[in-house]
Amino acid sequence: MTQRDQGTVHASRTGECAIELRDVRKSFGKSEIIRGATLAIPAGERHAVIGPNGAGKSTLFNLISGRFGVTSGDILLDGRSILGLAPFEINRCGLSRSFQITNIFPRLSVFENLRCAVLWSLGYKYSFWHSLARLRDARLRAEEVLELIGLRRRHDVAAGMLTYAEQRALEIGITVAGGASVILLDEPTAGMSRSESDHAVELIRRVTVGKTLIMVEHDMSVVFGLADRISVLVYGEVVATDIPAAIRTNRKVQEAYLGSHAEEAHA
Amino acid sequence: MTDLAAQRTDAPADRPRGRTLKFVPINVGQSALWIFFVLAMVIAPLIFKSSLSLTILSQIGTLIIVCLSYNMLLGQSGMLSFGHAVYVGLGAFISIHVMNAITAGSFHLPVSLVPLIGGLAGAFFGVLFGYVTTKKSGTTFAMITLGIGELVAASSLMLPEFFGGEAGITTNRVIGEPVVGITFGPQIQVYYLIAIWCLVCTALMYAFTKTPLGRMANAVRDNPERAEFVGYNTQRVRYLVVIIAGFFAGIAGGLGAINFEIVSSENVSTVRSGAYLLFTFLGGVGFFFGPIIGAVIFVLSFVMLSEITKAWLLYLGIFFLLMVMYAPGGIASLIMMNLRVAQFGKFRRMAVPYLLVIAAALPLFVGVVSLIEMLYHLQLESAGGTEMRLFGVTVDTASVTAWIVAALITAAGTASMFFASRRFKRAWGSAQSEIQEQIERSLA
Repeated sequence: MTQRDQGTVHASRTGECAIELRDVRKSFGKSEIIRGATLAIPAGERHAVIGPNGAGKSTLFNLISGRFGVTSGDILLDGRSILGLAPFEINRCGLSRSFQITNIFPRLSVFENLRCAVLWSLGYKYSFWHSLARLRDARLRAEEVLELIGLRRRHDVAAGMLTYAEQRALEIGITVAGGASVILLDEPTAGMSRSESDHAVELIRRVTVGKTLIMVEHDMSVVFGLADRISVLVYGEVVATDIPAAIRTNRKVQEAYLGSHAEEAHA
Repeated sequence: MTDLAAQRTDAPADRPRGRTLKFVPINVGQSALWIFFVLAMVIAPLIFKSSLSLTILSQIGTLIIVCLSYNMLLGQSGMLSFGHAVYVGLGAFISIHVMNAITAGSFHLPVSLVPLIGGLAGAFFGVLFGYVTTKKSGTTFAMITLGIGELVAASSLMLPEFFGGEAGITTNRVIGEPVVGITFGPQIQVYYLIAIWCLVCTALMYAFTKTPLGRMANAVRDNPERAEFVGYNTQRVRYLVVIIAGFFAGIAGGLGAINFEIVSSENVSTVRSGAYLLFTFLGGVGFFFGPIIGAVIFVLSFVMLSEITKAWLLYLGIFFLLMVMYAPGGIASLIMMNLRVAQFGKFRRMAVPYLLVIAAALPLFVGVVSLIEMLYHLQLESAGGTEMRLFGVTVDTASVTAWIVAALITAAGTASMFFASRRFKRAWGSAQSEIQEQIERSLA
């Protein structure tokens, strides 16, 4: 925790943002899904993006991670624009994301999934002159993440054979394994039971120490349990960004969205 | 984080890591397979001495390289290529031109190294064509390879200087000074040249599967999008794999040129590409050794089955159809699935169902083969008399009785197969689900 707190202090002192969106717009055909989203997230912050269905949360993630191109506006990662970069280039800049629908390598073992996720960051690139078995650093890093996400016993199991909750954990493991400093999680606890999602919150807390986390989440107990600050996205616009306590009492947010969910969270 | 890493190194070695005890049995199994493979390649010509078997063995050695290189694309990287003959064939053409240049004295290279030139040619065309094909994946990739295949096949007729027109290009492999008495005149010397190249290439292609690029090829096959989001340019991964596969395909082409001393436009045809696809698939794309089995079947059916019957392509088609329907993992997966059943001690209960299926398959096989052979005989060879030999019996294909008997045998076979296969499926299904449960329990 101390490491992270220092990070926050450091970031606020220098004013450096891990991620900054400047009037980002995205249209599909005639319909504008993201309508001028502006957001600045300091390094080391755990940030949640919430909003009603269809607000454009997942689209926003797809824009930041390079899956889609923006129509106008600018996205900065550590102060540098990442517009027009392919997903793999953005990943190499230190941003990694997970997916709402589990997106793993189903026929590879759990261990191989994680090893694939660390190869590029360790500099092995497209090597066909290294033997994987001899890459001690890749093995150790993969096993470290395996331990972290609690799937040690599933080491050799094909990822496609895991239970849903395990696959979600692996999804997070793949996302953080490469050591990216900015982590985007798209509904990490979607479809989980209460105990599973409590478990997931613990996991997310553990794996994002010292990193910048941005997550889309519907489960308000997860959001209020994890986030340092929350942004509310309504119809493609960021209507509010604040600390959780202030978001709870924000009139604009309550009107636009929170209503029933806020009660849920209090209950 | 670093603390965790330190802990891990001190932790007891209870999982595969380097050379721990747990890994030994698997390694023993693998080395045993490799030793068997090497021994088989070395000893085979001492057992099968006839010139026909030497020809067959030489072709098998070449085809093993082709099918394994094709599986780098299909099995390992999920690229369905309809144009693999392009790389094999162009490697062969370049090799044969190099051999003719050596004969003419304008180039100096021992014949044993000509396949390397073929390989470089294959890689070069991989660089050239792969740039276009790997722009896309999936169906689009398959379509572009088909287009490139047709393009090269068409140019083979347009550029007779290089491709030799319909007659092809011929050469003489006995060139240059013999090295320690090896002239490559006798077929046995050619066989051992092929065997050495085959073993080296197989080892290299196996090693490739254990490299970062090899593993990322699997990852790109499984989920290209995810591969992009862990930092990999999937297009680049596919491109590199095509080039490397082209290299090995070209080596096989060079060996083929030395073996046959002739290369023609047929070598780059899409029909040939289709055959490589078909037999790699039959062997099994899911396991490294699958294509080796495919290569053996390839040569045996092309050389031997075609001698036995005129209907060999029809049989091949039926076999392919049955495999796609009932064993899409190919022969390799059939072997591995049965090994798994045996490993879990459930093979004994499969014995009776297996015997029943075989007992039913026998009349079905005899009946269907009789019908096909009689039809072929009647249509194609009845000018020399309507009688023919079938399973050691003289049959008059003009008599109605013969047809009725064949039809009855087929019907009986079909009926018994219906029941035998039902019983087999039940036994197989329960064995599989029990194995699954056992695995789940051991992991829980």
